[in-house]
Amino acid sequence: MASENDLKSSRISDAPAKASLVNDPKVRAIFYQFLLLVGVVWFFVYIFGNLNANRASQNIRTGFDFFSNTSSFEIGFTLIPYDRASTFADVLLVGLLNTLLVSVIGIVLATILGFALGIARLSSNWILARLATIVVETLRNIPLLLQMFFWYFGVLKLMPNVKQSLELPLFIVFNNRGIVTPEPLFSDNFGIVWTALLVAIIASYFVTRWAKARQDATGIRPPAARINTALVIGFVAIAWLASGASLDWSIPVLQGFNYKNGIHIPPEFLALLWALTLYTAVFIAEIVRAGILAVPKGQSEAAQSLGLKEGDRLKQVVIPQALRVIVPPLTSQYLNLTKNSSLAVAIGYPELVSVFMGTSLNQTGQAVEVVLVTMLIYLALSLITSAFMNWYNARIALTER
Amino acid sequence: MADTTKNSALYVRSEMAPDMPPPVRTQGVVGWLRANMFSSVGNSILSLLSIYVIYLAATGIYNFTIVNAIWQGDGGAVCRVENVGACWPYVGNRLTFFIYGFYPDTEYWRPNLAFAIGGILLFLLATPQIPGKIIWGVLFLVVYPVITFFLVHGGGFTGLEAVPTEKWGGLMLTLVVAVTGIVASFPIGVVLALGRRSKMPLVRSVCVVFIELWRGVPLITVLFMASVMLPLFLPEGTNFDKLVRALVGVTLFTAAYTAEVVRGGLQAIPKGQFEAADALGLNYFQATMLITLPQALKIVIPGIVNNSISLFKDTTLVSIVGLVDLLGAVRAGTATGTWSAPTIPVTGYLFAATIFWVFSFAMSRYSQYMERRLDTGHKS
Repeated sequence: MASENDLKSSRISDAPAKASLVNDPKVRAIFYQFLLLVGVVWFFVYIFGNLNANRASQNIRTGFDFFSNTSSFEIGFTLIPYDRASTFADVLLVGLLNTLLVSVIGIVLATILGFALGIARLSSNWILARLATIVVETLRNIPLLLQMFFWYFGVLKLMPNVKQSLELPLFIVFNNRGIVTPEPLFSDNFGIVWTALLVAIIASYFVTRWAKARQDATGIRPPAARINTALVIGFVAIAWLASGASLDWSIPVLQGFNYKNGIHIPPEFLALLWALTLYTAVFIAEIVRAGILAVPKGQSEAAQSLGLKEGDRLKQVVIPQALRVIVPPLTSQYLNLTKNSSLAVAIGYPELVSVFMGTSLNQTGQAVEVVLVTMLIYLALSLITSAFMNWYNARIALTER
Repeated sequence: MADTTKNSALYVRSEMAPDMPPPVRTQGVVGWLRANMFSSVGNSILSLLSIYVIYLAATGIYNFTIVNAIWQGDGGAVCRVENVGACWPYVGNRLTFFIYGFYPDTEYWRPNLAFAIGGILLFLLATPQIPGKIIWGVLFLVVYPVITFFLVHGGGFTGLEAVPTEKWGGLMLTLVVAVTGIVASFPIGVVLALGRRSKMPLVRSVCVVFIELWRGVPLITVLFMASVMLPLFLPEGTNFDKLVRALVGVTLFTAAYTAEVVRGGLQAIPKGQFEAADALGLNYFQATMLITLPQALKIVIPGIVNNSISLFKDTTLVSIVGLVDLLGAVRAGTATGTWSAPTIPVTGYLFAATIFWVFSFAMSRYSQYMERRLDTGHKS
């Protein structure tokens, strides 16, 4: 009865049916969101109230003034000039640069090793595939920190001492204080050679573009790779000879208790880099394997029946499709590597967390500011990397009709 | 006509053709080796190289862990000799420390009992053939943590000797952190995942910010934050256990990752399921609890297990903020004077690595098994 009446009234009257306000989804949504807002605001007011009270009673200073104070501690490995008189802002920069250094080198090495391992696991060669499987399954199931300790305390620290250093080829020296390599000494006018190299690289980019356009238009492929090689070698050689720039090597020599000259790479850096590279490479290997397996076999068969050569088949057909599957998880592995570099705090490589969140926090006592700044930096690194990778991903994404 | 027949007869062979060589063997050991390892020159070189690498690694490990290893002794001194392998007395001597930390040795039965109950419940929960998943789930996720806390911590009404968390350590602590992280983060993660898919803009943005914040920073910064900032955020005089601080950090961090896994499951559910629930007149809570969430959670079991593997490995980070987990216990031992010899760190890390490997590998096998089992072939 009632429902029949409702039906009639709604049909007859022009006014929309009025539900009770309590049952209106829109009103409910606003109400719930208001509740959430109140909750969030209350939460922040509560913790900041406590924070201020605690800081007042414990005499903790607030604000970001400490950035301009002198740090008065040493850092063992820096990319920019730094000493005890430098400020905490310099400390932050030193730490950030050290983080970026190990991350960038680690990403490059892990990508190369990971692709090699991933392809090896798919190899038709039985024993090679088994070997790659053993490596991947072993390393991915052992915590990174444990691997790092193993390489640092178990291997690098047990290397011979300075007096009995291992002398490797190319004047490289290896001992329990790390590796010392010869250092290139560039003469003042070497900038011309760098400029020539840069110009050659830019020129080869345009050559590649021209070659592709020409191939698309005429079907004839110009020898772009050979032209580019000639461009780079030629430009650099001409600039070098013409400018009379010179390049000397400073060879490490044992003097007293340590080696002088050369570039010193500390064992902390080596252990961190090696552990990060291996650990990330096995995850990349799994991603690469999944990506290649995701390309249907028909694709390479179709390419074969079109008469493409083995190399072109991989380059033009299989890899572009596999990359679409590989790139998104690869991005998160790059981010993981960058974030995992913070484990260096445990072996004393002076990266961001170690020098800033560790030493600086102890020196200043301003936990909240220091922790927030550190977290914001990592957050920014994450967001920048994912923005770049999203752009790249959109570029190579499948264009659908 | 006759001419052509005569001519074509020239092409007819009058004697037997010589025997062809037998075809290349494709069966048996030799055939298999030829097909799978020595099909070309390049492949042969790769195979020989691989065999050489495997030989080097195998003999190296065999010599280090067995031939040159020291098996008996009660101090680092026995291992301070030339060309020594693993120093097993170190592991044997400190085994209880690696497993229980500073837990009093008369009370070992308590963590042992907790291990046993947990193992049985996990077996009942994880074996797909055993019915009553809801009961086991509630027992494991709700009742078991409470029982374990009172059993291991003791004190109060239990009548057991109270063992403060400072004395917990070793593998026991590793498992406490891992299980608490997984169990406590699960409901938070589910709520965050539902919130991220909500149509209410404010709810969605709060969840997105929360998830992306934790996912964007390394766990070690979260642990630092939990250990130095958390006490400042609470009312003055609140005394806060070091273990609880680490657990709060680990839980929030893991919840963000769980949320993304669960969101993946929710997105994989066909739209028709949501529409059917609406058409039946179910409200949001009923539709979620009865229709969508059960399906989503079933799909994401492998993802949750993978998350658990990551978390299990990441528990080693608590040793950086001053807790003595398995890795911390091994590391602490190598720093003492009595146990200092060149190969002791490697021995300890090999031991810890084996334990971590066994747990993680078992979990990853389980995850693959569930993935195959849950793959009902509806996709594609």
